[in-house]
Amino acid sequence: MLRRVKVLRAYPTLLRVGFAGAVAYRAEMLVWMLTMTMPLVSLALWSAVSAAAPVGRFGQRDFVAYFLATLVVRQLTGSWVVWELIQEIKSGALASRLLKPIHPLVAYSAENIAAIPMRALLAIPMAIIGIVSGGGKLPHDPPLVAALFLSLFAAWFITFCVMAMIGTLSFFMESSYSIFEIWLACFMLLSGYLLPLELFPEWVRRVTYALPFRYMLSFPVEILIGLASPAEIARGLLVQGSYCVGSCLAAIVVWRVGVRRFGAFGG
Amino acid sequence: MNGEHGIEVVSLHKDYRVHRREAGLWNTIRSVFHRTYETVHAVRDLSFRIEPGERVGFLGPNGAGKTTTLKVLAGLLHPTSGSVRVAGHTPQLREYWFLKRITLVMGQKQQLIWDLPPVETFAQNRAIYDIERDTFERTMKELDDLLGIFAIASKPTRKLSLGERMKCELAAALLHRPEVLFLDEPTIGLDVSMQLAVRDFIRSYNERTGATTLLTSHYMDDVAALCPRVIVIDKGRLCYDGELRKLVQTVRPDKSIVLRYTERPDRVALERIGTVTECDNAKAVVRVPQHQVRDAVAHLLLDPNVHDLTIEDPPVEEVLRELFARTAEARL
Repeated sequence: MLRRVKVLRAYPTLLRVGFAGAVAYRAEMLVWMLTMTMPLVSLALWSAVSAAAPVGRFGQRDFVAYFLATLVVRQLTGSWVVWELIQEIKSGALASRLLKPIHPLVAYSAENIAAIPMRALLAIPMAIIGIVSGGGKLPHDPPLVAALFLSLFAAWFITFCVMAMIGTLSFFMESSYSIFEIWLACFMLLSGYLLPLELFPEWVRRVTYALPFRYMLSFPVEILIGLASPAEIARGLLVQGSYCVGSCLAAIVVWRVGVRRFGAFGG
Repeated sequence: MNGEHGIEVVSLHKDYRVHRREAGLWNTIRSVFHRTYETVHAVRDLSFRIEPGERVGFLGPNGAGKTTTLKVLAGLLHPTSGSVRVAGHTPQLREYWFLKRITLVMGQKQQLIWDLPPVETFAQNRAIYDIERDTFERTMKELDDLLGIFAIASKPTRKLSLGERMKCELAAALLHRPEVLFLDEPTIGLDVSMQLAVRDFIRSYNERTGATTLLTSHYMDDVAALCPRVIVIDKGRLCYDGELRKLVQTVRPDKSIVLRYTERPDRVALERIGTVTECDNAKAVVRVPQHQVRDAVAHLLLDPNVHDLTIEDPPVEEVLRELFARTAEARL
């Protein structure tokens, strides 16, 4: 218990130093953000498709709102801990984190969260202008805004835990990049990143609603642009909460088993 | 020893499973379907005890298992078998209070954040180790007195020289006043003056705080200057544990008499006194057993051409080389 209190006390400093790091790496950050602009490509494609007639309930303006919201949510909930973990496990650099009295995953989480303001600085104004100028509405009801922030945090948390778990698999194999690639392909297809989930056939949509991918991207997007009803939001938050707990436990278990295999090579 | 601050290692074994593959395309393809593994015994049946506050040198050739042992002691590696206690804790459990009590400085690794000034790493460590502000400032002042870090700590780490970076590494590693120091090649790559500065700092820290210190270094001057006791391992096994002075006396019970001449010395005459290891126009080195040193010196000083004479222990490097050769012979 005392240990957890001490970690909480350290967290603001970790965030501050993490933010200083994100500012130091601003050029790299910008390039990284540009790699996440796939929704703009989808936007161009689906805008062209819906020019003649709406696709489902999505007209051209709806696609603009959807994909800009997707871009923002992806920027705010993305995590790159998988790259850091794989590289640090392979090189042995993880050793310096393991020597400190704070769980490395907690330290990584602070570094990831600390970079969000830099990403938001560029992504949010761009999306607000895009959504509002397209005739879309942003949520302003306090419960809806609260649900949006909750779902954004939960989406980030699930993403972080899954990325941490995949990165941690490098304790067991020479590199877990390949597993990450498989995950990324599934994520792109089933999270609403390339197209709105409701455009899938009914049975596929049901599957996507049960898998974690929707709760890492599409669900907050649906709240942001008003696609989800209050009942759907409540149900979605519940499922998101379950995935938060499940992914966190899975990441901790894989870490605990994996860290025993750490070779601390390279020194 | 009550085990609260010292180190106790009993029958430590550490094995690695290593994938082996020969060079070439065919072997690459074959390794996709069939992998050959080999077990490397990095540490075998190693036992020793280090009392609280001791400074001990940990020596051995490359691949002897020194760094592996240090990593086990620091909790980075799980032992294959055997038991290890450090400052009253089992290292591999990596408990909060254990990690607060130890530090591991690896000369080839760094904990400083590369693109930020070291002050940011210091601030981060203050938060992680939960150091009170007063204590932090007092420790920083002490570290500055010993290492002179204030002038360099606000420059980005990547712009510091190797020596400056090492000073900041040491400061970052010692901010939380650890009771146990594991130092793995802390002076590697440093110039002579920086080596001396780091050496002085380690001695001073040990004397001021009573921290238990285990040091590995390929620079024997570091070990000779800092460590009254040495533990020597080779191929993962213990070769010697005791005073450095006694190791030198046991392995090489002779002294080197270094003579400087005004004229070329007579080699044949010198060979009657001892083993001549060097002889040129102005200098000769003669090795004689310790009990014969007095007589040998008296005899050598009869030569009017001798204008300087010193008596030296054999270099530690030579002593170790001989020790490892004997250990290898004993195994055969």
